[in-house]
Amino acid sequence: MTLKTLIGAASVLAMTTGFAFADAHSEGKMDAKKALMDAKAAIEKAMAALGGGTMMGGASYEFPDLDGDQVTVVSWGGAYTKSQVEAYHKPFISGTGAKVVSEDYNGGLAEIKAQVEAGNVTWDIVDVELSDAVRACDEGLAEEIDMSALPDGADGTSAADDFIAGTLDVPCAVPTIVWSTIFAYDKDKMKNGPKTIADFFDTKGFPGKRGLRKSPKANLEMALMADGVAADEVYDVLSTDEGVDRAFAKLDSIKDDVVWWEAGAQPPQLLADGEVAITTAYNGRIFNAVAAEDKPFEIVWDGQVWDLDLWIIPKGAKNKDAAMEFLKFSTSTQALADQASWISYGPTRKSSAPLVASYNSKPDLKMGPQMPTAPQNFKNALQNDFEFWADNQDELNERFNAWLAN
Amino acid sequence: MTESVTERPFVHFDGVQKSYDGETLVVKNLNLEIAPGEFVTMLGPSGSGKTTCLMMLAGFEAATHGEIYLKGQPINNVPPHKRNIGMVFQNYALFPHMTVAENLAFPLQVRRMRRRDVKDKVARALGMVQMDDFGNRKPAQLSGGQQQRVALARALVFEPELVLMDEPLGALDKQLREHMQYEIKHIHEQLGVTVVYVTHDQSEALTMSDRIAVFDDGVIQQLAPPADLYERPDNAFVAQFIGENNRLPGKVTAIENGVARVALDQGPDVLALAVNCGEVGNRTVLSIRPERVQVNNVTGSNRLDGHVRELIYLGDHIRCRMQVCGRDDFIVKVPNSPEHAMLREGETCTVGWETDDCRALDLAPGAM
Amino acid sequence: MTDATATHGPDGLLLASDGTPLKTKLRQSMKASRRRAFGLVLPLLLFVLASFVIPIIMLLWTGVSNDTYASNMPRSAPLLRAWDGASQPTEEMAEAMVLDLIDARKAKTIGKVASRVNREQSGTRSLYTKSARRAAKMEAPFIDALVKADKDWADPETWRATKIAATSLTPAYYAAALDYKYTADGEFVEQSEERQIHVKLFWKTIWVSGAVMLFCLLLGYPVAYLLSHLPAKKANLLMILVLLPFWTSLLVRTTAWIAMLQSQGVLNDIFVWIGITGDEQRFSLIYNLTGTLIAMTHILLPFMILPIYSVMRAIPPSHVRAAKSLGATNWTAFWRVYFPATIPGIGAGGLLVFILSIGYYITPALVGGQDGQLISNFIAYHMQKSLNWSLAAALGGILLAIVLVLYWLYDRIVGIDNMKLG
Ligand SMILES: Nc1ncnc2c1ncn2[C@@H]1O[C@H](COP(=O)(O)OP(=O)(O)OP(=O)(O)O)[C@@H](O)[C@H]1O
Ligand SMILES: [Mg+2]
Repeated sequence: MTLKTLIGAASVLAMTTGFAFADAHSEGKMDAKKALMDAKAAIEKAMAALGGGTMMGGASYEFPDLDGDQVTVVSWGGAYTKSQVEAYHKPFISGTGAKVVSEDYNGGLAEIKAQVEAGNVTWDIVDVELSDAVRACDEGLAEEIDMSALPDGADGTSAADDFIAGTLDVPCAVPTIVWSTIFAYDKDKMKNGPKTIADFFDTKGFPGKRGLRKSPKANLEMALMADGVAADEVYDVLSTDEGVDRAFAKLDSIKDDVVWWEAGAQPPQLLADGEVAITTAYNGRIFNAVAAEDKPFEIVWDGQVWDLDLWIIPKGAKNKDAAMEFLKFSTSTQALADQASWISYGPTRKSSAPLVASYNSKPDLKMGPQMPTAPQNFKNALQNDFEFWADNQDELNERFNAWLAN
Repeated sequence: MTESVTERPFVHFDGVQKSYDGETLVVKNLNLEIAPGEFVTMLGPSGSGKTTCLMMLAGFEAATHGEIYLKGQPINNVPPHKRNIGMVFQNYALFPHMTVAENLAFPLQVRRMRRRDVKDKVARALGMVQMDDFGNRKPAQLSGGQQQRVALARALVFEPELVLMDEPLGALDKQLREHMQYEIKHIHEQLGVTVVYVTHDQSEALTMSDRIAVFDDGVIQQLAPPADLYERPDNAFVAQFIGENNRLPGKVTAIENGVARVALDQGPDVLALAVNCGEVGNRTVLSIRPERVQVNNVTGSNRLDGHVRELIYLGDHIRCRMQVCGRDDFIVKVPNSPEHAMLREGETCTVGWETDDCRALDLAPGAM
Repeated sequence: MTDATATHGPDGLLLASDGTPLKTKLRQSMKASRRRAFGLVLPLLLFVLASFVIPIIMLLWTGVSNDTYASNMPRSAPLLRAWDGASQPTEEMAEAMVLDLIDARKAKTIGKVASRVNREQSGTRSLYTKSARRAAKMEAPFIDALVKADKDWADPETWRATKIAATSLTPAYYAAALDYKYTADGEFVEQSEERQIHVKLFWKTIWVSGAVMLFCLLLGYPVAYLLSHLPAKKANLLMILVLLPFWTSLLVRTTAWIAMLQSQGVLNDIFVWIGITGDEQRFSLIYNLTGTLIAMTHILLPFMILPIYSVMRAIPPSHVRAAKSLGATNWTAFWRVYFPATIPGIGAGGLLVFILSIGYYITPALVGGQDGQLISNFIAYHMQKSLNWSLAAALGGILLAIVLVLYWLYDRIVGIDNMKLG
């Protein structure tokens, strides 16, 4: 029974019976592919409500008095951390009186593993990708979290119902945002820009260099989608040797035109400098360039590969209780909605969607349509399958690098 | 030997000036002629421009003004490696990564000499400085004196007609230095090369040189054979710089047949050779060598009273500090021989000298 | 024989005044001073031991040993090790496996175990985590129960992969680091072609490091020469310019390189403006090997200049003058006298730059495009992302061996005592 199935099962149950948690074993026969589609359907439904009717306010989270306590919050830095500081840290500090220390890191579990194994855990709560969250949980690097302690949604729905179906199923992690790998181009330089993922690989129809992340992740999936594989079949195809060959063959067709990027800050810069005509990127980065720097970039959502970011509390964290309070507050309806006004990563609570307003400094710029999960953006979207990557990343990474070096 | 320069000079500095910074002249109007085979020493205090002159001759510094001739040819525009001048540096400048033999072979190799000839010449040069067994050592494995010999051999091995040496013995102890002085002199006589030698050790200059050029402040104060320099200094600087001398200030009252009558500031009138005292009425300084002062049985024409202040026994002679004419630093060397009565401290005696031994010189420089 | 001068003994050895051979005597007298010297370096020795030698030994050890499986799956590990790898897996093995899976799930170590086996065969990670979730409900016969949970358990390859993982002391990582696969039969077979990457990267790393070293030398030597022949005040000012890249952060530096080198960048604009190249054929100076070489040469240049500079400073000017006075032309004087004297600096700088560039990976990754992948990227990747520390250690061990070999070659060719860092 895979975790994918778990997510699917939970989402179906959430919609039909209203119970988020079911004994995973009882639904073990559920087909993984179907589960995924269901999860997607659930999200689509939730997102359709974006901008919908007004909800009753009513803060569902009460600040305790944490004067003298301290939480060390670790995240990815840059505009993303800034959005968290504005939406999470500042209200939390003024509400509880606790001290919040913000640290940056570059992802991965290496540091958490080192801290836990040394028995000196200085990080209290860490923003991780889904694959790392699952892994941390499997390897006992993260505290288990009592999901029933999470506050109700602003509209009164229980947390279990409120979070996008299936996203709450890693027992050690609570999701905050949905982010996505998309591709984008410069409207000013390309009047008739690309529309589909296939266009990205069409260097005849859309001439110019391509920016791609120097990693097999998302690239192989996009290559297959561009080659005509339906989003919900991508990982099935990629699980076969022929599928991998097919993906690499597709990448091969543009290899000579690729500029490889490494850090999330690079793609907007590459676009702005005219070094590439089209590039893949994290959607928040492109949005930031458009909203904050007025860059004429256009995001193409077709073939996007989306993923979650989650909070985990490292095993044995020194300020575990305060960290739990921070976690509860920051994943409450209002905090998630507030964060979405700073950066275009979608909130994981359904009840947050209606509260998402405009970009903080531009009242005209509605955030709803900027989210990866907005219905019009979500038509041909693929969720990153962390389990596939957990199984295959060593091998595919080697192959990718060997392919690069040739 | 000054006369020998009548034939064509081997080296000729003609009105050479040098300034490093465009503000001060380090060498001021240098005129110097050196005959072939001569051993000329440049002697002078530190910073007087000796090395600078040598460097101009070797081609490492350009003369700011004037011309230097080598065998009658102007060499200002000849690069150093074409001048064929051997040079021994103060710190030897042996190439540390080459063995002694390789160091010696270097000038021959750059002259594209055949390998067998190189070997012969190197062996001969090593023999000349008695270093036959050291050919395979690196310079760092040699003592200071041995390195010195190698440097000397290297400067001579390509048979230059002119060899420059800049304080080559400065780093050696006294005994070794004296030994090397003898060896260098010996080799000079044997090979007949012209040597320009720089030192600020006057005894070294006196023992080795045919002629000595005393430098001060970028000017040659006197150019003369060693004996002349000592016996007949041209000016107060030379008299002071070479050997010891007693100095008595006074005023010229008359000059007759090259003999000046000088009224001492605190004493009687005395007679002295009018060497460099200018006209009547000028102030002057009398210079008398300590060993030329007569005590008690004075035969010379000048007599003065002296009070013995201090006696130092030095074996062959006794050094006596007296008060003469109100000055406390009048030195007399009394030979330790039966004819000379023993002096005692506190005693008063008569001192005097021959007119020929007393030279009336210019005022400058020195402490008066 | 009683006088105090040294004399010859019966076997021709020199004897000291008390009759002991001079060599023995010398050794005795050296012993005391050696003991004192040892006392003086002892604190440093302990420090180096703790902070350097022991970690390196641990690194080498990690490269050949990994007991993740053996320590977390104690029942099945010995059975698997004893298994011949060819026959059908026994019921005993299956039962041990199921019991281990249950325990590992409880102890939350199943993730580690699954990752470990997955390295031997892709896809086994999910097999293990899934089976562990179901193991509690399994009943005998366990073989069938496992196969029922996932048909991959019927595949002997799964068990063979597990057998490799169950062996703690294994050459598998070093084999993998050299693009070989260590099989359950104890054989080494070449990794499939499209996955062979490490050897290629080792060569490329050495090649790039060598090129960077050469460029640093070509650019740095004249600069060091200039600096050492300037008055101290001007030299210090210029030295600050040389050191400037040290004092800028990686991000600023990288941004600057991009601004300078990219196809719409300053350098290319100048080229187009001068007419060296057309607007359509701008040079690719970044995101390729050229970019890697330029950036690494830039950042490592000071490490070349500093030792050469300090060596040049110490060369008395009289050496070159002596050479010229002996008849050498400017070039001969430089080549035969000045240059040999700077070799210790070149050696130190070259070794420094080479070893540092072997370890550089962030800069090449940022500006090197697809050519920017060097072996250190992989070590960092396995340290930080895949957490495959044993493979990282094996790669590191090989890199260490390469550096030692180069060091040895250097010692043979130039001589290690012929190296001056300042
Ligand atoms: N390269 C130089 N740049 C500027 N000034 C210099 C240079 N070399 C020498 N001088 C100055 O020129 C003057 C003469 O120097 P020189 O080296 O000729 O003296 P010297 O007679 O050899 O002294 P010493 O006996 O100490 O070696 C000194 O005042 C010295 O400071
Ligand atoms: Mg000098």
